[in-house]
Amino acid sequence: MLGLNKKDTRFLLIVIALTLLTPILLQPFPEGSALAQFNAGYPDLMQRFAIFGIFAIGFNILFGLTGYLSFGHAAFLGIGSYATVWMYKLLNFNVLPGLVLAVICSGLFAVVIGYISLRRSGIYFSILTLAFAEMSYRLAYSVLTPLTNGETGLQVYSIDPQILLREGGHTATHIFGLEMALSWQPEVFGRLYTFNVGYYFCGIIAIAAFYLSMRIFRSPFGLMLRAIKTNQTRLNYTGLNARPYTLAAFVISGMYAGLAGGLLAAMDPLAGAERMVWTESGAVVLMTILGGAGTLLGPVLGAGFIKYFENIFSKINEGILHDWFSGLPEGLANALIWFFDHFVGAGWHLTLGLLFMAVVIFLPGGLVEGGQKILGLFRRRNTETSDDDGKKPGKSSQAAE
Amino acid sequence: MDAILLQILNGLDKGSAYALIALGLTLIFGTLGVVNFAHGALFMVGAFCAVSLQKLLNLSFEVIDPTKKDFLGNPLKVKSPYVESWFGPETGAAIIDWSVPLAIIFAIPIMLLIGFAMERGLIKHFYKRAHADQILVTFGLAIVMQEIIKHYYGANPIQTPAPEMFKGSLDFGVLIGFDPNLIIYPYWRLVYFLFAVFIIGGVFAFLQFTTFGMVVRAGMADRETVGLLGIDIDRRFTLMFGLAGVVAGLAGVMYGPILAPNYHMGMDFLVLSFVVVVVGGMGSLPGAVAAGFLLGILQSFASMNEVKAIFPGIDQIIIYLIAIVVLLTRPRGLMGRKGVMEE
Repeated sequence: MLGLNKKDTRFLLIVIALTLLTPILLQPFPEGSALAQFNAGYPDLMQRFAIFGIFAIGFNILFGLTGYLSFGHAAFLGIGSYATVWMYKLLNFNVLPGLVLAVICSGLFAVVIGYISLRRSGIYFSILTLAFAEMSYRLAYSVLTPLTNGETGLQVYSIDPQILLREGGHTATHIFGLEMALSWQPEVFGRLYTFNVGYYFCGIIAIAAFYLSMRIFRSPFGLMLRAIKTNQTRLNYTGLNARPYTLAAFVISGMYAGLAGGLLAAMDPLAGAERMVWTESGAVVLMTILGGAGTLLGPVLGAGFIKYFENIFSKINEGILHDWFSGLPEGLANALIWFFDHFVGAGWHLTLGLLFMAVVIFLPGGLVEGGQKILGLFRRRNTETSDDDGKKPGKSSQAAE
Repeated sequence: MDAILLQILNGLDKGSAYALIALGLTLIFGTLGVVNFAHGALFMVGAFCAVSLQKLLNLSFEVIDPTKKDFLGNPLKVKSPYVESWFGPETGAAIIDWSVPLAIIFAIPIMLLIGFAMERGLIKHFYKRAHADQILVTFGLAIVMQEIIKHYYGANPIQTPAPEMFKGSLDFGVLIGFDPNLIIYPYWRLVYFLFAVFIIGGVFAFLQFTTFGMVVRAGMADRETVGLLGIDIDRRFTLMFGLAGVVAGLAGVMYGPILAPNYHMGMDFLVLSFVVVVVGGMGSLPGAVAAGFLLGILQSFASMNEVKAIFPGIDQIIIYLIAIVVLLTRPRGLMGRKGVMEE
């Protein structure tokens, strides 16, 4: 189906099903129970899963396939956001023109930045992209203030032209009249499910983005990108010029980042320069590595993992820790609270840093490789007895491709 | 003329910091072949050594002074630092006043220890892995160090004042025959520049004139051959990592009075220092130092109003712009050796 073989089709269908069912799957604990704080089924977070999933999928096309480590992808995210908000300011709150412009703008910037940066490889490429991203960030804060509104961040004001906005038209972001903030909240078995337009909008785009990346992975073009990662010198000796391929990968991943930035602005009509700081570029590298660079599902997993734990860990404070350890003897409880206090709340970044180091040191293939290793152990044990684990092993071995 | 001179002076202190950090980065890259993204964090930890020492010296106990009353008529509690009671009030106050320079002594063993621990515990396992992996793991380490500092010292900058003696400014113009008040330069920045020159000179002398330094230089040129000669080059390289940590740490200690230390100052300096290293030439020590000062001075020229009027925003991006031009036209950097990391 759709130019995929049977295995890939099944894999894509599973991903589609998971995406569509996310509001249900992420709400496993009843409202009001002690575990309700681990629920993640609210729109804002789910939108972030999808958006940063797209960002990471795009980054993976560059880093995972060609091995070029860009430290400046956040610049494209920022450009996408600015472009989208400008479309709101000029036309109206329909997100579609904004997203199109976001992809085009970030694509153009990616052509320029990529053309220059890709003349070097290895660490020089990383530093060049970093330099470009820092330049964009600094310019957005200083000289480009008329375009970016500087530190305040770009937003829509009532004096903006908005030429397509009719009397009584929508004053929030929408797609052809369907507002992003709209939600349907049925309560089933004590669980409150939220089906949000914005999430499904991002989710469907994410599925499309995932499908595209799958096609790229399986195409001759994807194979060429992998060849560049494996041994570029040898590729050059065969008479092939690698640069058009790397540039194409760079532009595609830049456009993905721009799309993600546009979607961020589609969910919340704001754009700020802080989206372009180089630590944000580091964050997407982190997501990709954590999930598994060079795998299809890895980046999405990594993005979801980081955004989920960011949300959960930042919410936990000392009070909640006291609740958890209240059953223990006081000295022990205090020691544990003191210890865990480093890692939760504002200390979430510490956990993230440690996790990141641990993944790079022990599990360079990321979560996908980890999952495969565990499944491998599991399967070896089961070979003599009956071995029918259903869809799961198939899914992750596919994902590892 | 005076404006140009003033900008050169202004660029010197920032340039000194860039040069010191870039020197450490280059030492690590040249000896161990590791790209250390955590080097900025070492600079930051150094600055917080000064903060810690200042806090330690200010540890106080309270005494009730019966002769003074507060506004409610109760006896006033006076805080008096332990140092003052141990060394007498005058010596004690002087020690507290000089806490930043004293922190140098305090920081050296700490930075050495951190450097050794980093190299033996983490970096050692990454010699054989790709540069991308090295960047990533040290980036993670930088986040960890920065967050630990943030947890214990908070997110706000902490003032670390210079000793009373160095507060105020030197009227530099008068010394060389300009009118007074034209070229004013704070004393502490002068101290910082001289300190940086001293440290840089020390490192170069160490590498140039000691047997140890000779072995290290030989190892930088050809590690394998030195190893074949029966010299334990790894141990010396570990020491060099510690030394690079100390250089970055001391740069941070002394920078406190110029910029109040905060937890992300390391990250801010790191990006620029990397650019400096690349401009100077990966693996070239004189290149790193020269590029550090050069970029520092160029940056301060770019922030002149006359220049900004022609190229708006140039002060923000000049360093990156130069780096891009250098990388594209002369990839090995200003003083890089031919063939080293020219890809």
